[in-house]
Amino acid sequence: MIWHLEIVPKNTSQSTLNRHRQTEAEELGLPGPWAIHETRGLVIESDMGQAELARAALEVLLDPVVESAVITPVGAAETSSQAKSDTTHLIHVLPKPGVTDPPGDTALNVLQSLGHKVERVRTMRTYRIEGPVAFLPDLTRRLLVNEAVEMAVPGRLSINHLQPSGQYRFKLIEIPIRGMTDAELVKTSREGQLSLSLAEMQVIQKHFDGLGRNPTDAELETIAQTWSEHCSHKTLKGSVERRGRSYRNLLKETIFAATSKLEADWVVSVFADNAGVVTFDDEFDVCFKVETHNHPSAIDPYGGANTGIGGVIRDPMGTGLGAKPIANTDIFCVAPPGFPADCLPPGVLHPKRVLKGVVSGVRDYGNRMGIPTVNGAVAFHPDYLANPLVFCGTIGIIPRGMSQKSVNDGDYIVAVGGRTGRDGIHGATFSSIELTSESEVVSSGAVQIGNAITEKMVLDVLMQARDRGLYRAITDCGAGGFSSAVGEMGADLGAEVDLESAPLKYDGLSYTEIWISEAQERMVLAVPPDKWKDLQHLAESEGVEATVLGRFVDTGRLTLKYHGHVVGDLSMEFLHDGRPRVSRRAESTSVKTVEPVFSSSPNHQEELLELLANENIASKEWIIRQYDHEVQAGTVVKPLVGVNADAPSDAAVIWPSTATNRGLAVANGLQIHAGVVDSYRMAALAIDEAVRNCVAVGADPSRIALLDNFCWGNPERPENLDRLVEAAEACHDLSLAWETPFISGKDSLYNEFLHDGQSRSIPPTLLISALGQLEDVHQAVTMDFKQAGNEVWLVGFTQAAMGGSTWASQYLNDPAEIPSVDADLALATFRKLHEAIKAGLIRSCHDISEGGLAVTLAEMCIGGRMGLAATLRDMPCSDKAAVDTILLFGESPTRFVVEVEPDAVGKLGDLWADLPVGRLGTLVGPGEAGADRLVIKGLDHSVLIDVSVDVLENTWKKPLDWAPEC
Amino acid sequence: MAAVKALVLRAPGTNCDQETARAWQMAGASAEIWHLNRLLESPAELDSFQILTFPGGFSYGDDLGAGRVWAARIHQHLSETLCRFVDRGNLVLGICNGFQVLVATGLLPQGARPGMKPTASLTYNNSRQFEARWVDMKVSSSKSVFLKGIERIAMPSAHGEGRFLTATADELAGLVHENQVVLQYVNPLTGDPTETYPDNPNGSPMGVAGVCDPTGRILGLMPHPERFVSPLHHPRWSRFPKNAQPSPDGLKLFQNAVSFLKN
Repeated sequence: MIWHLEIVPKNTSQSTLNRHRQTEAEELGLPGPWAIHETRGLVIESDMGQAELARAALEVLLDPVVESAVITPVGAAETSSQAKSDTTHLIHVLPKPGVTDPPGDTALNVLQSLGHKVERVRTMRTYRIEGPVAFLPDLTRRLLVNEAVEMAVPGRLSINHLQPSGQYRFKLIEIPIRGMTDAELVKTSREGQLSLSLAEMQVIQKHFDGLGRNPTDAELETIAQTWSEHCSHKTLKGSVERRGRSYRNLLKETIFAATSKLEADWVVSVFADNAGVVTFDDEFDVCFKVETHNHPSAIDPYGGANTGIGGVIRDPMGTGLGAKPIANTDIFCVAPPGFPADCLPPGVLHPKRVLKGVVSGVRDYGNRMGIPTVNGAVAFHPDYLANPLVFCGTIGIIPRGMSQKSVNDGDYIVAVGGRTGRDGIHGATFSSIELTSESEVVSSGAVQIGNAITEKMVLDVLMQARDRGLYRAITDCGAGGFSSAVGEMGADLGAEVDLESAPLKYDGLSYTEIWISEAQERMVLAVPPDKWKDLQHLAESEGVEATVLGRFVDTGRLTLKYHGHVVGDLSMEFLHDGRPRVSRRAESTSVKTVEPVFSSSPNHQEELLELLANENIASKEWIIRQYDHEVQAGTVVKPLVGVNADAPSDAAVIWPSTATNRGLAVANGLQIHAGVVDSYRMAALAIDEAVRNCVAVGADPSRIALLDNFCWGNPERPENLDRLVEAAEACHDLSLAWETPFISGKDSLYNEFLHDGQSRSIPPTLLISALGQLEDVHQAVTMDFKQAGNEVWLVGFTQAAMGGSTWASQYLNDPAEIPSVDADLALATFRKLHEAIKAGLIRSCHDISEGGLAVTLAEMCIGGRMGLAATLRDMPCSDKAAVDTILLFGESPTRFVVEVEPDAVGKLGDLWADLPVGRLGTLVGPGEAGADRLVIKGLDHSVLIDVSVDVLENTWKKPLDWAPEC
Repeated sequence: MAAVKALVLRAPGTNCDQETARAWQMAGASAEIWHLNRLLESPAELDSFQILTFPGGFSYGDDLGAGRVWAARIHQHLSETLCRFVDRGNLVLGICNGFQVLVATGLLPQGARPGMKPTASLTYNNSRQFEARWVDMKVSSSKSVFLKGIERIAMPSAHGEGRFLTATADELAGLVHENQVVLQYVNPLTGDPTETYPDNPNGSPMGVAGVCDPTGRILGLMPHPERFVSPLHHPRWSRFPKNAQPSPDGLKLFQNAVSFLKN
């Protein structure tokens, strides 16, 4: 029997939600008027009678004080309470068969544990809609259902059973690649979604010719996963011919090279493990990893971002012997939310829906894991329309001495955590191809659904198992699932896997599907046989599944078996070293820059207000507050600071262990407008931003570790690759100059969208993430102005170049020159600023970034709810930069605004004698003239800006304040 | 005299257990963190503790409504154990998800008694979204032993389901009359209880942020006292002079509990 249990609110508490849906419908360009009524519910396959189910509902399935249940057999006519009227359209939305449904699973488990006879439970939402019928399919598609993972059933519900699929009958599948022509090889790769190039297919063909047999499907899939761009980074680690220089291994000769040359004694493990590791204090090391989850998020923003953060959390968990995640950071790149809904290419979701979806996805996973999301950013650019970027990062802390792992002959291969289903098949190879308008359809299998609680339970087990020494090595199941996890762990030894032992979510999976499934929340351990019983017992006590999948064996081979049949037998050497080297050509396409012509009668005040309202600058409070940023009770500089806790912090500061006063600073740098014009300078600007954000809150510039994340268009286009090489060179140069080693990185290439034969690429996007350290968290500095009467100074040199600035993106049509980073001056500035902070001379500090000085000052005024009377006259700048517009809105790097108490000005002046500094003005207190106003005078003493802090605040907050009315 | 022993219970999805145990330790208690399964195996061991804490998090994912699954497990296995624990004069504290559990079991507001059923609800915020922000509260009655000597207190709140509802308005008035509404969100300027967002983050009628049982020994509150046990937790600590840092008021709740049990 299948029941529909609809949960109905007793009062009108849901009206907010329904109103919200109507607004969203209108925003998506679906003309109303709509009346949309949403309820949640469960579909339950059970032998329970209606009365027993009603009791169970009261017991646990709903909130009896505010909700009641309507229970109907599925397929029965709608009861009068359900169908409102003839003009009401009924639409049910439920997860597609086989898609993970955590609340459904929870309901099933709790009902069974309470002694009820229940077979299966799936969640379902029911919509009752009144509105124009013609637009109903559009409304359903664009707003109500996520077709990647859900299905919409209009009208009466008719389901016979909730079992997702039938039985699997074993049949060994071989792929007859021997003797295939080149065209057939290409076709095999494409149709199998293997993303293997012809050259790679040829090498595989030759390898198996040598063995005198064809590969099995599992073998070919394993090779495809291992050789994918996603897993092997073949472009960045490949050879590049560029302007007469040839790189054999781009990454090794640029970013790695800098880290190696630096030989910093505080670096523990770099570019080797799932996250980079550095020392923190006598007791702990810290690790950091940032990943992207772009392609899945384009198709299913919620699920994509949800599993993005879930996946990156597993990186620290799988680093060394397992680190405890202590902070998250998230950065999103999307198209402007005002994009006209009727101009969307087919298969592309509206950017507002994308952004809301990714925010919810990160929120629901990060918050449930109990990891504070302390820092982030959102960047808007039209070219992210079809390829939104979702970067998720996690910092972990691990006891010293636990950052290395080993695998011994005979160790058990143990899977811990979630069960294996058909989730995310081909995720690794899917992320290595361009999206097309059909991607939504063909790739939905590549979208996974996360269950944060499963991962939290795994974490609870791992931390205890680690401290009791119950395993020798650990890694996470990411892209490629078991195939990459076991393949990597056993790379130097060999492994034998019995695929039938993997616990499955449901029957019907083939051996290959088990092997490459990207079902979430799974970790793989190497467990010494004598520790297995203890581990098994520990996992059981926490309700976590742990299963022996096989053994690591000293054979040098990866052997896969299914009920005794050998279904794969690959040499580890071929798997890991057999891939033909990728060789690409880079060629520059110079973009001509044009010197901007400034208006003869500019309205600087209006420009400031327009910039504050620019989405790239406007307050992100709506997003930030949806994340728990204080769980674990270690966040001592929060993402929003100031009198009303609404001004943007440069970096978050975490105090991870109260045993000492040492702290961590987390920040990011991103420059989305400069990469096409000058990728080298773009990268330098991003690095500068990440580092200066850390230094601004008090981090020691000699202890900053960096991560790179390259998101690019197709690297097979020579001009794209050229920009990539330039950016990598900038990373090398600044890392070396500042002694800020890169400790880990990631790349996501092929971010292009093919539509009507035209390929559109994202802007070259390099996210630099910085992990800084503070000697003493009590020395941390925030960016809000503190005290009337204090002086406000600027340190840093202003260049004339306006390229890449938000001002330029708003007011210039032609590309302008991108400002450069002066590495020596920057390093001196970072060091001297840090000295001043340590000496307690700085009351507040804010870096100058998007929107230039004017926006920086506005933000500091908002933070302190305080006025400032400032002048541009004393700003250190080049002759050509002596223009009010440049001084106000230019985005030259390595500049900070600081607040200093009057009697500390002398000391600071001595300390900074060799730096370019200028006095901007004085903070104005209540009751004085100009209180609560930002007043800026220009080079000729005329008042350029005179605006109240209230107006600044409202202008800055309004554009992205998407909180529903309440 | 022997140290006060606090048990911090955790279920799958609990995530504030460690900082809550730390807060008990800072307040002078000894604290242990136990998985629910351990207590289910040996319920009698609860008698060796004087304080039981249900910490924050998302127990069982809050998949069927906040705290509901954990509450069902308690109903199934631990009702009597809990009643006896409270009858012996011990203390129970529920924070955020823990408060939701106490309300879903019925331990709050009507207290530990056999056959208890929920009479109140912590349901979706009016904003329909999870929100993290600091809130100001007033202590509206002296009934809760945890809140002795506190008049006003600020703490971080972080939840999506915190709106305290009773089946009828009369029932809420009854709780006020019995002095069981002990914490109310206030407008920071006037100090008056508020239903206005965002000072009241969830839209609780009368600004209810925390309630106690008729004995005053069971307290549930949505905001997180364990996240304000150091001056550096205060959102504006960097605005205070170095020699006059904000006092970590959240710690007082834990200290009050420990001194109540010592006296």
